[in-house]
This record gives sequence, C-alpha cells and structure tokens, in this order.
Amino acid sequence: MTDKRERPALDSEEIKKDFLILGREVHPGRSLVYLDSAATSQKPEAVIKAMDDYYWRHNANIHRGIHTLAEEATALYEGARAKLAAFINAPQPEQIIFTRNTTEAINLVAQSWARVTLKAGDRILLTEMEHHSNLVPWQILAAEHNLELDFIPVTPDGLLDLDAYRVLLKHAPKLVAFTHMSNVLGTINPARTIIQLAREAGAITLVDGAQAVPHMPVDLTALGADFYAFSAHKMCGPTGIGVLYGRRDLLEAMPPYMGGGDMIKSVSLRSFRPNELPHKFEAGTPSIAEGVGLGAAVDYLSALGMEAVAEHEHQLITYAMERLSQIPGLRVVGPDLAHKGGVASFTMEEAHPHDVAQILDFEGVAVRAGHHCAQPLHDKFNIPSTTRASFYLYNTPEDVDRLVDGIYRVKETFG
Amino acid sequence: MQDLYREMIIERYKTPHHKGVLEPNDFSYEDDNPSCGDHIRIDIRIDEDDRVVEALFSGQGCAISLASADLLLDSIVGKSLDEVKALEKQDILDMLGIELGPVRLKCALLSLKVLKAGAYGLGETEDNVPVR
Repeated sequence: MTDKRERPALDSEEIKKDFLILGREVHPGRSLVYLDSAATSQKPEAVIKAMDDYYWRHNANIHRGIHTLAEEATALYEGARAKLAAFINAPQPEQIIFTRNTTEAINLVAQSWARVTLKAGDRILLTEMEHHSNLVPWQILAAEHNLELDFIPVTPDGLLDLDAYRVLLKHAPKLVAFTHMSNVLGTINPARTIIQLAREAGAITLVDGAQAVPHMPVDLTALGADFYAFSAHKMCGPTGIGVLYGRRDLLEAMPPYMGGGDMIKSVSLRSFRPNELPHKFEAGTPSIAEGVGLGAAVDYLSALGMEAVAEHEHQLITYAMERLSQIPGLRVVGPDLAHKGGVASFTMEEAHPHDVAQILDFEGVAVRAGHHCAQPLHDKFNIPSTTRASFYLYNTPEDVDRLVDGIYRVKETFG
Repeated sequence: MQDLYREMIIERYKTPHHKGVLEPNDFSYEDDNPSCGDHIRIDIRIDEDDRVVEALFSGQGCAISLASADLLLDSIVGKSLDEVKALEKQDILDMLGIELGPVRLKCALLSLKVLKAGAYGLGETEDNVPVR
C-alpha cells in the first residue's frame, strides 16, 4: 500500500535506529508504532547520552562556582542557550529564557509583562483553537484585573478567520496571543501575517510555538513576534525545560516573575536589584541536565535539517489523509493539506475515541484520545473528543499502514 | 487485555437497557470525566421505602463507561438507597469482569461517582441538594 510514496525527505528507517524505544514490543508480537509525538516526542540516543554524560562527568551547580566542574556545567548550559538562539534565529542568546515548559513561559508573560502593563478594560485577543495553556493564564489574569478576552473564530474548515481578526483588531487589543500550529487540527497559522496586522494595530504578540518549533523551520527575526514560547520535550529533548523568547526591550522592562537565587544582582534585608537577562527570569537552580539535553536535541534536529523534517511530515500526512479518507464513517477534523502539519484528529461513527485508542494500543499503535487540552475547540466542532495520530521524523508510511490496519480492527470489534 | 471488549460489554454499549431520561425523577445528577470531556447524567425514581424503582442514564462516553453505567443501573433496581451508597469500585469491576489500568478505571467508575453523589445529595437537607 506504500508504493505511492514520493522520494522520502528523510531516511526514517535509519532515524528509527537512533530511538531505542521504537524497537520495543508493547504487547507480545506487537512492535511499537508511536503516533503521539504532539503530546511528547521520543528522545534520540544522542540526547539521553548527553544528559548521562553531564551527570557522570560534569555535574555541578552553574554560574558562580569557580571549580572546573562548575565551569564545564555553566559552559554546557549556556552553550545550549546559544545553540537555541541560532536554531530559531533569535538576535541574542539573552533573549532565550529557560522555563519549565511552554505553559510556564506563557504564564511568565501573563504574570510579569501583562500584570504590570494591562489595565482594567484592556482587551486580550486569543483564538478559538488555543491549547488550555494559552487560555487559562489569560482567564486568571482577566478575572483579577478586569480585562476583556476576545477570540479569533475558527472557520468550519479549521482555519483562523482572518477577516474577523481584522475586525477584532479595531477594538485595539493590547495583546494578541495565538498558536503557531494547532495541536488538534494541525492547522499551521499564518503567523507572520497575524503578527504584522497586530503590530499595525499597536498590539504586542505572543505565539505558542509548542507544535511549530519541533516540526518546521522557525525564524524569529523574520517572524517578528514579541514573545514566543515552546517546550523541549516535543522536539526530541527532555521534559522539564522550555523556552520563552522575548523582544529585548520588553524583557528588560519586565519585573521578575519569581524571586530567589540567580535572579538577583545584589540583595539586602529589605530589597534586591534584579540580575541581567536572561538570569532575571531564572530564579533558583535550573534544570541543568535538561538544558544540556535540549542543546543535544537542537544539534540532532539541525543535522537533519528542519526543512527536511517539515517535508517528511508533509509526505506522511498526505499519505495518511489519503488512506484515512477511504475509511467509511471516519472523519478527520482540520484544514486541507496545504494548511496542515502532521496531525490527524478523527472521529469514528462506530466507536468512542477511548475505545479506538485502546484497540489501537492492542495492535501496538500509540495514539491519544480525548480533548487534547483544547476543550473549547472540540465544543466548537460539536464533538466531545477525538482520536489523534501525530507524526514525527521517525515515522514511516508503514506506521500509517499499521494505524489504518488498527482502525479496521476497531471496526471489526464494534461492527 | 483483549477481554476488555468482550461481547457482553459491546452489547451493553450498543443496546443499553437503561438509557434515557426520567422526568420527573426523585433525583438526578450529572458529572464529567475531565480527561476526555465525557459526560454522564443519571436519573432515579424511588418508592416510599426508598427503594430504586427506575434508573436511566444519558450522556456520552466510551464503551467501558457506558457499559458500566448500564450494568450499574441494572444492579440497583430494587435496592435501597443505603445499599446504593454502599456500592464500591470492586462491585463495578465484578460486573464488568475485567481488569482495568488507572486511566480506563476512571471511565468505568464515572457512573458510580455520579450515582453516589446523587444518592448522598438526596439524603441531605442543605440548599445544594441536586434536583429532587
């Protein structure tokens, strides 16, 4: 069934060998097909080894130690920051703030920039396709400071309604916060256009790039976003570390988010002077090994090339959509292939997503079922939940075939 | 694991015996499974001796949660409210006759949670008593 393949952009059979976990049997005779990378990606050997090596050879607390290990650890951690800055084309490494994850990066902007900048009655413009992590922080802030939330609507074919967006901009929102790529629909939003329009309307922009940075080239200088957030664990890196990129003048002017060690220049009993960027926003001992792992993940992705990763995923989703569209009673939500990344969320007439995911698991195929932390989006499409298959650089057309075979098993069970 | 979808569960899911809405009822309660957005409502009628005479559920859910709801309501017709309140997780698992991991256990137990919340609400006299 895979004879229609185009010339592959990546040699995924070779790539699979870098991920020991992908060679695992999850049930007797059922090898793992991992189609849940939108939730978290698997980690290549190089990333796990870099973290191991850090703990075996270099482990020390960073920044103020004078001994050899502390200097090595600091160089590794700050080296990862520099690699990341280059990877997303941020002008300066100091604009890369390490956080726990995307969620914390967004909360940092909400609790630091927005809390001191926005006044009662100010408007924040979000979209209907946001992950809860780019909704709830704003709901919390809006309730405390009497802010108004507006939403760019999602069209029935899963795109942001840009005409409606232009109208909403006339209400002069102070902030436009949106996802670069929907974790449910797979929609890749026209971030550059959205940012440009926001800027013309005088709004600051924040982009949730959790699903974008792992899957496509992202150039923050070209994009012009004021804030951009993403997580390591979806881009072959470890859990526990994420990134907030920010415009330098905004970061300089913002108050600290959390207080503690490392974020200060000097402290007296009653006051402190905050440290310089990026340390002002990195209170306490950070996730050092995770930073090192993230650096290794950036090396791994850079060696493959993000253009090739994006092309590979486009080939996979094209093949997946072709095969899924032939299954009676199955409906994929989201836009056409021209606007879609490697995510296929679907409903089946016969079975609930939990049951679909369970039977797929019996066949060794790992997918996710539920509302994928985007309940309002599911409400909009009038479906309580979906089954989501998401692809990454290690997936192959044979993985798509295993998914489709599994879906036919669901049909047998519930037929 | 394949036992999860044995015939009895699929049958209950496709043709439940206790699906619907009771209006009027003696108590009605509903709740969500936050991980998947599933929703179950249970309506109960009782007689003057506080015994369940009729029980129906409505809402949406997976085969495990809806089959559990149907089996549970089957089992409580004729039971007293005190007996309903005494029902436990193991009673549901015995009815289903399968083993469940922690995630699917939430599916299986949603109806019991809803039923017990409703039954306890009925015995209270505070203002927050569910619809009676």
